[in-house]
Amino acid sequence: MVVWTDFERATITDIFSKLDYEAVGGATLARCLIVYPWTQRYFGNFGNLYNAAAISGNPMVAKHGTTILHGLDRAVKNMDNIKATYAELSVLHSEKLHVDPDNFKLLSDCLTIVVAAQLGKDFTGEVQAAFQKFLAVVVSALGRQYH
Amino acid sequence: MTCLSAKDKDTVKVFWAKVADKVEEVGSDALSRMLAVYPQTKTYFSHWKDLSPGSAPVNKHGKTVMLGVGQAVACIDDLNAGLLTLSELHAFTLRVDPANFKILSHCLLVVLSIKFPNDFTPEVHVSLDKFLAALSRALSEKYR
Repeated sequence: MVVWTDFERATITDIFSKLDYEAVGGATLARCLIVYPWTQRYFGNFGNLYNAAAISGNPMVAKHGTTILHGLDRAVKNMDNIKATYAELSVLHSEKLHVDPDNFKLLSDCLTIVVAAQLGKDFTGEVQAAFQKFLAVVVSALGRQYH
Repeated sequence: MTCLSAKDKDTVKVFWAKVADKVEEVGSDALSRMLAVYPQTKTYFSHWKDLSPGSAPVNKHGKTVMLGVGQAVACIDDLNAGLLTLSELHAFTLRVDPANFKILSHCLLVVLSIKFPNDFTPEVHVSLDKFLAALSRALSEKYR
């Protein structure tokens, strides 16, 4: 059972309220596909992923990035119950998408970096700690139904 | 041994030139973040009186670490040779678990993302990530 301090709750809610899900989602997925190119294995039908410029301009990447952020939004709105909230998504990622759970960490590192750039100085060490704790819980919940 | 392409090396050198006059700020911020986000890293600094962000020991050590990274940039064509002394220091004296190099690298990337939002593009990010991984490997060379 995850225990959230008041600061952590407020911080997570505050961060996500400031994010443009389309811009941040697209930028995060693009960065992940560029920095960790092996993650492209899951996006064979996304068309042109040949170089950084192509990835950054790819509309399917942008759209999927948005989908991911909306998925995270569900965790933000159910912080006391992320495990149950994500049970179906976990099964989906394991049984249908066959995503190696290590990739969740890679994507969350990219999200941290994109959010840091957006929030600038406001992304203090304490804020980063809360954000990474939230992402760690999400990653754990997503990996839960794998067997 | 390292898998840094010529393009990676150029990218790192050009970007690091921009960071060069902010080493203390960047280093202090990265170290402070590491101590806050990964509290287990504080175990290496039990001898410091003050572990808070912006404290004297954190500032001083952050700068030391960044100057080390700068040294690695200068010897990017042969990291093992260039970082030999530092590797021996980390292996025999400091005995820092190499898992922590990854942690500090991540914190450094976050700081660079904040301070250089326009320059820290995905292309720069991947070259720097590769460089820091190669640096960490070179630093672990003498461990066993």
